[in-house]
Amino acid sequence: MKAGIVSYGAYVPRYRITPTEIGRVWGVDGEGMGQGLNVICKSVPAPDEDTITISTEALRTALIRGAIDPQAIGAIYVGSESHPYAVKPTATVVAQAVGATPNLTAADFEFACKAGTAAIQTCLGMVGAEMIRYGVAIGTDTSQGAPGDALEYSASAGGAALVIGRDRVICRVNRTVSYTTDTPDFWRREGQKYPSHGGRFTGEPAYFRHVTECAKAMMDAVGASPKDYQHVVFHQPNGKFPQRVGRQLGFNDAQMRYGLVTPFIGNTYSGAALIGLANVLDHAGPGERILMVGYGSGAGSDGFDLETTTEIATFDRSFGRPVQEYLDQGVELPYAVYAKFRGKIHMGET
Amino acid sequence: MSIARFWRETPRRYNLGGSKCGNCNTVYFPPRLVCPTCPQHRATIEKMVPFQLSGEGEVVSFTVVQDAAEGFEMQVPYVLALVRTVEGPVLTGQVVDVEPKDVAIGLKVKATFRKLREEGKAGVIHYGYKFTPAAAPASAAGPRGPVEPVRPTEATARDRAVA
Repeated sequence: MKAGIVSYGAYVPRYRITPTEIGRVWGVDGEGMGQGLNVICKSVPAPDEDTITISTEALRTALIRGAIDPQAIGAIYVGSESHPYAVKPTATVVAQAVGATPNLTAADFEFACKAGTAAIQTCLGMVGAEMIRYGVAIGTDTSQGAPGDALEYSASAGGAALVIGRDRVICRVNRTVSYTTDTPDFWRREGQKYPSHGGRFTGEPAYFRHVTECAKAMMDAVGASPKDYQHVVFHQPNGKFPQRVGRQLGFNDAQMRYGLVTPFIGNTYSGAALIGLANVLDHAGPGERILMVGYGSGAGSDGFDLETTTEIATFDRSFGRPVQEYLDQGVELPYAVYAKFRGKIHMGET
Repeated sequence: MSIARFWRETPRRYNLGGSKCGNCNTVYFPPRLVCPTCPQHRATIEKMVPFQLSGEGEVVSFTVVQDAAEGFEMQVPYVLALVRTVEGPVLTGQVVDVEPKDVAIGLKVKATFRKLREEGKAGVIHYGYKFTPAAAPASAAGPRGPVEPVRPTEATARDRAVA
């Protein structure tokens, strides 16, 4: 492919809450829940943070790192299932806030947790066809689980932005494939505050089938096997699923080391695979091969065969914070403050 | 605030868009059409050029708000500061992602993009600049610990009682 990743940035809010603290409120063994999910803590957005602010922070970091003129951006696509407006694009605010307006196209994508990877594919097509010079793909969420629901122990907030271009590519995209079916494992109807899900049905027929089939199709398409990759990044709704699917496919823990971030920040939905990739790119040197497989309920997987170039050796990552800092740092909240921040407390409004 | 008024201020609120005098190089925020510093004000009319602030600066004064304005109730106690930017202009803004006890005059800050307020549940959402510490404060950089609730000062508690 002519197009690849020329810059990237990630952002995760400052606050955290532990499964133990959530379980304490609901009379559940939260510690056991956290161990079962392999989630130590999850991120919580501040009351003044949402998908728009997180996307903007991530993209500003990416543009400064890559020394990219915002006016050269031809498209911005923001993938999320928690866009602040039902009608009015997240992407236009982000575009204005980074100085990319007015000569560009912009839109919001939604495909549960894989809207960000779908945005990457769209940008690859447009940049590869030379319709635009740079395309921006963002995956961000500030998702919620219903109070007391299993989802509440992992649903978190964060995002990452990738700038796709043809020149000074730091990570080449060799090929991308997708695997899509109609599978009702997780959904949120119009007007509903919290999503619904099929419980155990979200496992085998949904996440595992799509990720496994997509990963195999990806490796078959490029004639590769797990040993050909230095890194692998899966969508990570919890810390357990990606480890299990990775081992089933034949990857070892060393290959999954940097791509697995959910244990420390929770499930950032559309941001999850992209933040994992950002962490890999934070650590990667030239010539390292990466397999990334996103997953979105509903359901589908996007696979990417990626390879870092010599450009990454001189890529300036000094601006913004490395993903590792977001994994290591944070300020824990008690459940009551978390509930206030997330708007879970009824304030008497009608 | 009306939609039109906020929309007109978008370049300032989103991107710290000010202006710079092409004659004496003084930077203004919000932008000015005439330079009040130059002796010949009228001669500067054509020389004022758009200038985007970097967002870097330091706190020159601050207050901890305990009784929030409408729409900010969820954020108390929060820090409102005067920030002198490296380019010169002094901006008023919230300092977020920091405990009030960690804010001091001289604290280095940088601009961040945040939600400023919402016009109710169904109205438009306003975004703009706030500030965060330029370096992660020690209390956030160490091992994770619970947020300490900040007690209102005696003066504030007394004010409340009077009100």
